[in-house]
Amino acid sequence: MALLEVRNLHVSYGQIAALHGVELEVNEREIVTLIGANGAGKTTTLNAISGLLRPDRGLVMLEGIDLSTLPPHQIVSRGVVQVPEGRHVFARLTVLENLEMGGFTVRGKAEIPRRIEQVFELFPRLRERRGQLAGTLSGGEQQMLAMGRGLMAGPKVLLLDEPSMGLAPVLVDTIFDTVRRLHSQGTTILLVEQNARMALQVADRGYVLQTGRVVLSGTAAELQAHDAVREAYLGVG
Amino acid sequence: MTGRPATSLAAIRRWSARINVADLLMWIVGGAILIFIVAGSIATLRLGIYSFRQWVDFIVFGLAQGGVYALIALGYTMVYGTLRMINFAHGEVFMSGAYTAYFLAFTLAQNGWIERYPVISLAMIFAVSMGTSALVAVLVERIAYRPLRNAPRLVALITAIGASFFLQYAFRGLYGSGFKAYPRMSFLEGSWSLGDFRILHLQVVVIVAAALMMAVLYLFIQKTKTGKAIRAVSEDKAAAALMGISVDRMIVITFVIGGLAAGFAGVLFALMFKQVHFFMGFIPGIKAFTAAVLGGIGNIPGAMIGGAFLGIFESLGPILFLDGFGIKAPYQLKDAIAFAMLVLVLIFRPTGVLGERLVQKKA
Ligand SMILES: Nc1ncnc2c1ncn2[C@@H]1O[C@H](COP(=O)(O)OP(=O)(O)OP(=O)(O)O)[C@@H](O)[C@H]1O
Ligand SMILES: [Mg+2]
Repeated sequence: MALLEVRNLHVSYGQIAALHGVELEVNEREIVTLIGANGAGKTTTLNAISGLLRPDRGLVMLEGIDLSTLPPHQIVSRGVVQVPEGRHVFARLTVLENLEMGGFTVRGKAEIPRRIEQVFELFPRLRERRGQLAGTLSGGEQQMLAMGRGLMAGPKVLLLDEPSMGLAPVLVDTIFDTVRRLHSQGTTILLVEQNARMALQVADRGYVLQTGRVVLSGTAAELQAHDAVREAYLGVG
Repeated sequence: MTGRPATSLAAIRRWSARINVADLLMWIVGGAILIFIVAGSIATLRLGIYSFRQWVDFIVFGLAQGGVYALIALGYTMVYGTLRMINFAHGEVFMSGAYTAYFLAFTLAQNGWIERYPVISLAMIFAVSMGTSALVAVLVERIAYRPLRNAPRLVALITAIGASFFLQYAFRGLYGSGFKAYPRMSFLEGSWSLGDFRILHLQVVVIVAAALMMAVLYLFIQKTKTGKAIRAVSEDKAAAALMGISVDRMIVITFVIGGLAAGFAGVLFALMFKQVHFFMGFIPGIKAFTAAVLGGIGNIPGAMIGGAFLGIFESLGPILFLDGFGIKAPYQLKDAIAFAMLVLVLIFRPTGVLGERLVQKKA
């Protein structure tokens, strides 16, 4: 049994259907990437997993238990944590307060400082800026904060939505290095990316989403070698 | 943006393009009001009808009144912060606590408890008032606002006004339409004199109690985990939900805090004015809303400062600005002055005095 399983997921915005039966699974300790063009439905998939959107049909299962009827905050306490597209840090809270909010579901007072320390080790920049309002951080720092905040909950599965979006190449490298490091520490990750080249380099497996359907899936190596993927997403061909 | 240094001509042209006739008129009106206020104040002070001691009395009374406004304003501003709506029923939340606690106060006065155990009695009166107001606030949220949370704003506004009327007439039906006299509390009467000055015990108690209550609530919102979660929810509900925060629960807690503060203010108000009535929430409600707007709606310290300022302005303003022009009984005009200020703030500085633009998120 996979850790996270999405079965026959249908989601629509009002009358407009966005997902038409998406199927995917993420095994423990895997990085799985979900790639696809703008508007393919990647964010919609993650938001449905997180409970921000109610699916019309389908199941989202964590360790075999359906989450699709739970409210978002309960899905987080079950261990599925999303770092949303566009960061969405709390601009008027300090870096520390943002991290505390990331640990909102954590029980036990002593655990929070311990996890904050782990986040600071992963992103030393955040330690220097811990008293600063998050709205005054640079884009790259905000992305680090968003990821650190997600890690505070101690996720069983971390959903990352376009963590490299809008960042300078050096920072993109930093973010992907962090993803690798998290992987080596045993974190399970579902990574949504438009940067398919980088995503397939770090991922174990991948799915290609096109207008709300999974059209292709396989190991990262298979997808990297696949002609259609090379042409459409890797700019080779 | 990088731009060439603009020539002064272009700068003037750009500047003149930004002003229009309506703006100009507004500023003329604003300037005229300012001149009127300054001239009136100078005239009043030169007449010298009021002694320094009386001015201090006006300020202290204004501060006590302002403390009450500030506590009510907190509820408006917090609900606006989380739901971006004006809870027009908040004046009735304030009334419901003070009015309900009246019955306890009356009973306690009848059987002599207030004389024998003044502190315990007062604590019980506060508890009942705060509890009632919090309960009413939560019920209003649950029944009237939550089902309409995703409805257009106008619908929520109309519902809030409806809830306000509903509560007024429900309490009128429940408790009657007459004025009820709050019992006297002899331990709050009397005054301290410091040389030439005389300060009423009651006003000091009201000011100190209001300040303490605000300090407690402010610390709660700044320092506790729940307080931080409320701030997170008011910034970004979806992101807060992704932290595992129950957005609905934080909204309920927001209404509870607003209700507790309003119930607390209700008792202070009843102690100052010695009576309650089913309509008593209306004017203080709008005043407190004015205070919240003045301080920048959504801004918690702003509501506190706005309340204190409005109280003093209202107590001092009519006499200071109008007496010098020979206007009779200017104090009667205090409500007109307060509401004129609301309109002026909305026109000239809709973000309020402490109003900030939302922090720009960098991409
Ligand atoms: N709030 C919304 N209301 C209506 N339609 C929406 C909404 N959000 C997304 N859609 C539509 O759903 C489809 C999938 O959008 P989604 O945001 O999931 O795409 P995506 O793969 O994440 O794209 P991107 O790479 O640009 O982030 C698109 O056609 C989009 O227009
Ligand atoms: Mg997206």
